[in-house]
Formats: sequence, C-alpha cells, structure tokens
Amino acid sequence: MQTTPSPFTFSGGIHPSYNKELCSGAPIRELPMPARLVVPLSQHLGAPAKPLVNVGDTVKAGQLIAEQNGFISAPVHAPAGGKVAAIEETLTAAGRTCAAIVIEPDGSQEWELLPRIADWRTADKKDLLAQIGAAGVVGMGGAGFPTRIKLSPPADKPIDTVILNGAECEPYLTSDHRMMLEFAREIRVGAEIIRQILGAKSLRIAIEDNKPDAIAAMEQAFQGIDGDVAVTVLRTSYPQGSEKQQIYSVTGREVPRGGLPMDVGCVVENVSTAYAVYDAVANGRPLVRRVISVTGDAVQQPSNLLAPAGTLYSDLVAACGGLRGKPAKVISGGPMMGFTVSTLNVPTGKTASGLLLLSAGKISSYTSQACISCGRCVDACPMGLNPSELSQCIEADDIESAEQIALMDCVECGCCAYVCPAHRPMVHHMRRGKALVMAKRSAAKK
Amino acid sequence: MKPESPSDLYIVSSSPHTHSGESVERIMLDVLIALAPAFLAACWFFRLEALRLTFVCVAACLLTEWLCRKAMGRARAISDLSATVTGVLLAFNLPPALPTWMAVAGSVFSIAIAKQVFGGLGYNPFNPALAGRAFMLISFTGAMTTWSQSTWLQKIAGAGADAVTTATPLGFAKEALKSGQALPVFNTGLLSDFFIGNMNGCIGETSALALLLGAAYLLYRKVITWHIPAAYLLTVLAYAVILSLASPATAIPPLFHLLSGGLILGAFFMATDMVTTPVTRRGMLIFGIGCGIITMVIRTVKTGAYPEGVSFAILIMNAFTPLINRATRNRVFGTKK
Ligand code: SF4
Ligand code: SF4
Repeated sequence: MQTTPSPFTFSGGIHPSYNKELCSGAPIRELPMPARLVVPLSQHLGAPAKPLVNVGDTVKAGQLIAEQNGFISAPVHAPAGGKVAAIEETLTAAGRTCAAIVIEPDGSQEWELLPRIADWRTADKKDLLAQIGAAGVVGMGGAGFPTRIKLSPPADKPIDTVILNGAECEPYLTSDHRMMLEFAREIRVGAEIIRQILGAKSLRIAIEDNKPDAIAAMEQAFQGIDGDVAVTVLRTSYPQGSEKQQIYSVTGREVPRGGLPMDVGCVVENVSTAYAVYDAVANGRPLVRRVISVTGDAVQQPSNLLAPAGTLYSDLVAACGGLRGKPAKVISGGPMMGFTVSTLNVPTGKTASGLLLLSAGKISSYTSQACISCGRCVDACPMGLNPSELSQCIEADDIESAEQIALMDCVECGCCAYVCPAHRPMVHHMRRGKALVMAKRSAAKK
Repeated sequence: MKPESPSDLYIVSSSPHTHSGESVERIMLDVLIALAPAFLAACWFFRLEALRLTFVCVAACLLTEWLCRKAMGRARAISDLSATVTGVLLAFNLPPALPTWMAVAGSVFSIAIAKQVFGGLGYNPFNPALAGRAFMLISFTGAMTTWSQSTWLQKIAGAGADAVTTATPLGFAKEALKSGQALPVFNTGLLSDFFIGNMNGCIGETSALALLLGAAYLLYRKVITWHIPAAYLLTVLAYAVILSLASPATAIPPLFHLLSGGLILGAFFMATDMVTTPVTRRGMLIFGIGCGIITMVIRTVKTGAYPEGVSFAILIMNAFTPLINRATRNRVFGTKK
C-alpha cells in the first residue's frame, strides 16, 4: 500500500471554480423519512424495472417492488416500509418522465434483507455477482450502468486494474468526498470484493489533490491490504472523474475509440458504488438510499444527506432549511454535466449525487454569438476534438461531416462551452448531433 | 402531475451551467489595452497625424459597422468592440501624411467588404484591417508609400549629420540593393532608435518597445499564445541569418529585418487575429512559419515592388487557414498515436 502522484494527466480540461467548501465540511446527515416517496422504475441504464406490487399493498423496507426487466436492467426495492399509494408517471432527475411507485412510509423499521454473504472471501464469484445484481446495485457516479454486468467482462477481456473513482471532479458536489471520510472501511471492503470478483492484480484509488483529507482517510483504511494497491493522487482538473480520462491519468492507457475500459484491462467503480457493493454483500441490503449533496447559493444550509431513493427535491430542500431566495436553476448533479429540471417535484434515484440550486447570479445566461475561432475549445477538449468545427457542422445540419470528425467521441463534458468567449451552446449542439446520428443509424438497421 | 404556473418553473437548459466568464468583448478590450502603448508612441513620433488617422479610422469603422448591421437587420451592432480594434489596426498601418478621405475609404472597405459582406465577426476569411490596407496600397499606391522626412539615417555610418530621408528603412535598403550601393550598416545607435521607434514607417508599427509591452499583456491575459508570433519571428530571423551568412555584403542584417517594416506589429497583433488564423497549436506554428517565409521572400526579391511584405504574407496565410485547420486536427483520444 502506497500513495503515488498520477504518472500522467490527460490533455485539455479546465479549472472551474469548485465551490466545494459550501458543504465539504458538512457531515452526512440522515434525512427524516419523508411523507411520500416517489420511487422511479428507471434509476439505471437500460429497461425500466417491472412493478411487482399493486396500489394498496403494504411493503417492507428493502422488499423487491419491481423486477429486473431484461439483461441491461436492474431491480428496484422499497426504500421504506409503508403503503403503495399509487403507480404513476413522474419527472426524472434527467428531465425525462418514467413510471414510479409511490410509497407512503408508515414508520415501520422492519427490513426485508437479502441473505448476507458474511464470508465473501471464500464465496463463489457467481454468487457474489448474483447478490450484487439482486440488490440492484448500479454505477452511482452518473450513468447507472448495472454493476453486475460491469463486473462480468467476457473471458477474453482480462481485467488487471480496478480503479476506485474518488475524483469527484464536478464543482459543488461533495457526496463521494464525505463517503470517503466517513465510510472508508466499508469502501475498502467493497473494493476488495470488486477486486476479487474481477481477479484483478492491481487496485488504484484515484483522488484529486484538492481533497487531502480524503486521500489520508483512504490511505489509512487500506493499510495492511495485500497485493498491488495504491492511492493515486490526480492533479485537480476537470474532467478527471470521466472514465476514459481517469484511466489515462492512472495507467497511461487510452481506451480505444468506441471501446470500453475492459479493452485496456480496467474497470472503474465509483467509491459510493463500492460502498453499495459492500452493503449488498456483507449486510444483504439492497441499494435503496444514498448520500446526496444539496448545495448551491440558493439553499439555506448546504448539506450532505443520506436520503432514500424517491425523496422529492422539495423534501431535500426543506431538510436544508429551505430556499434562500428564488433559484434560477435547479440542477440534478453538478454544474458541468448536470441536468436542469423545471420544478422541485422530482424524485432522487440511485445515481443522484447532487442537487444544486443556483441563483440567477451564479448561472451563466447569455446570447450566443458566432464562433470567433479563438481555439480555446480545441485546447480544452479532453477528447482531442475540434468542438468549434463540430458545432458549426451540426448547426448547418451537416451531420455526416460532424460524424466524420469524431462527433460520437464527444463525452459531453462541457469543457468547450465553459471556455467559449462567444458563449456558444456547444453541448446542446453535440447532443442534437449525436441524436441525429443515432436516429440515422437505427433507421439504416431497419 | 399537475401543471404548474410558468412563474414557478426554473430555467431548463443544456449543460454546462457555469462559464469561465470570458467574452468576445473582453478579448477585444484586452487587444485595445495592449495597443495603447503603441498608440502613445505613435502620438509621440507622429504627433497630430497619429491622432487624426486613428480617430478617423475608428470613427469610420464604427459608423460603417453600425450601418451595415442596421441595413442587414442584425443585432449587436458595435458593442463587441471588434470594429474599434479594426479601426486602430488599420490606422496603425497607414503612413502619417495620408489624406483623411483615403483613410475613410480604407475603413469602409475593411468593414463593409472584408467583414460584413461575409457575415460579420467570425465569418470573415481575411483580417479586415489588412484587407483594407491592401485595398489602399493598390488604389492609392502613391500616397500609401509616401513617408515623412526622418532623421533616422543620420545614425548610419557615413551619412552626414544633416541627412534626412523620406524612405523607410526597408525601402532604403531595397533601393540600395537594386542600385548596387552599399547597405546601411547596423550600429547600436540605429538599433536603439529602431527599437524605440524613431524611424520612418506606418504610425503604429515603428516602436518595437511599445508593441512588445502590449504583446506581453496579451500573452499574460492569455488572449494570444506564443505559437504564431514565435514561429513568425524565428522564421524571419533564421531566414535572415542564413541570407547574411550566405552573402554578408548584400544581405540586410537580421536585426534590421526584425525591427522594421511592421514585423512586430504584424506578428503579435495581426497574425494572431483569432478569426482568420488556425485554431490548433500545430496549425498556429505552420501559420507563423508560412508568414515568415512569405514576408522574407517579398522583402528580398530584388525585382519586387514592395519592400515590406508583412501585410501580404499574413493575408496569403489567412487564405490557407481553413486548409491548415483541416490538416492539423488534434489526435482524437483513443486513436493511434
Ligand atoms: S463536450 Fe464534447 S466536444 Fe466539448 S470538450 Fe467535452 S468532449 Fe470535447
Ligand atoms: S471557444 Fe467558442 S469562439 Fe472559440 S473557437 Fe471554440 S467555439 Fe469558437
């Protein structure tokens, strides 16, 4: 066990103001159980789960209420005991809509847990994966890809390095940071389970150098671990938390175009996901709650809350002392890649790492201008693209040219838009362009 | 879900929701700040002529821009300051005695033809100020190559103390080369005069000292990067050194090349115009090297009509910018190195 500076840093990237001090010092606080939980059936990538309960049913905390529906999907469990009040449409954190099971908690503390796997060190890989799948664990850093699939790469893709992602490069957010400080030992166990399942030789804990206390906490927690384990200290730069950039910073390997981390022998798991893996295996507890940073200048008391999935944003805000003035934007996630929602009547889910409320003075609002070819976006793009050229192709509806100059490699990190002096809505263009390419591709398949 | 009244709703937009705070206006303002020392130097050396030309060009550029935007029904007439920058740069590229109406004509050409016809800031392929200057060189050749009397020649060994000339240093050198006379010898007195700006030339190009101060500010503010100016200046220097090694008797000294003919103004303020130059670092280096080579070819071809060459070199390279951009794309992450 050692600590080393990362040997590489991806090219490009930006240094936004982080504003983490708003809540990085706030210990995790358990949210009082809300009167109503709106539990979305789609808290993961892939097909929404299929409901197993009916309106009027009484459920226990942890009970399976919607089953996995297809290969890329994940089950959903009741975050609290209570009555199923409705099954209805809800707005999601990403601004879409999906079906949700509405539970009115009755205050019962009884849990329905999965059988624990106390001695996971001798357990079979298959059983561990099944447990992680049954507990509905998904990647909690953003996309919500089912963890059981990520941890079962095909035999011809051996994994030699597991990277534990503690970079949390999004400004404002501190939920992973607090998890590392307060649940370091549990995260270690989760990481060991992941390493064991993958049979990986090396384990790296990747943390940006602006979180020295988290680095120290992880160093201490991983003391005495066997094998090739190290805390890798990343230079603070956005987007260090992006999978491809992080793999490069830690190992010097570049995930090939269109490829996956497993193509270069790596799997990246978020620190909160490692905790969920621990909780599922060692305690048999399904993933039904998580820590979310509720922060920004438009909330009275920025906090890190342990909240059940399905908590409405309005309940989170109330637990933080309410609004301070009127927010201009309500953002699910951080200011670089988060999604705006139009109301506080939106529930959290497994991937909700932050709720950001910003007043008009803190958001960028502007009229966009023509590109002045300053080249700043080209320097900032961590994927080596020319965002100026791409956005102009897309504006002109020349999707073919955009595709040729690697539109689909865009990771939507927003670095280009952040630096653009002409305030061009680059990510908007990229998303529209990518959607058009996908539509074209699926039309061609038919 | 019940619909809420619109006033209760929050703004929905694409990410990111934060911004560096940079703006086009700020960049243009920085360029103007960086041009201030050279403007003061121009006023010192050329007195009222510098004031007159700068005022006329800026006013004409702003008015033209405003009228064009109005006529086309476009928003954002002149607030982005880019027309002001064009006006100052055009004025800096004019000889001191130039009649006012010609300066107005050049300004109108710069803004109306070289910029707004293409769609305005961002769409113009050529540097508007340089396009305006090229137009004037062709239309008003005589007036554009008439210089005031200057005493810079006195510092040259062999010239009498009362020697005055109406030639620019490069023009003088080119004449000397053509007629087979001895070239001016470079001595430290001349060097310091050139560096401070006591020589004949366009009003804003003569003081290397003032221009370098401004350039340092632009680099500090990260408005420009070192790539184009460094590539440009080093190419000129290398080319001149090679020439003078090859034939010491007939070559203009390298430092003479660097400090005269608007090279410093061009390299830091016009070859770095964002709109008309490449966006990649490699592209910028190629652009700078190209400018350097073309400048030196124009300057050293004996039969050539123009002794200077900076403006045309940059304009020619402007034409290659789209090509350079395409040829120097960065390597996409995850593709072969
Ligand atoms: S959003 Fe896409 S194009 Fe823009 S910097 Fe990120 S990867 Fe590059
Ligand atoms: S940062 Fe904006 S203005 Fe500059 S090249 Fe990119 S798109 Fe154009």
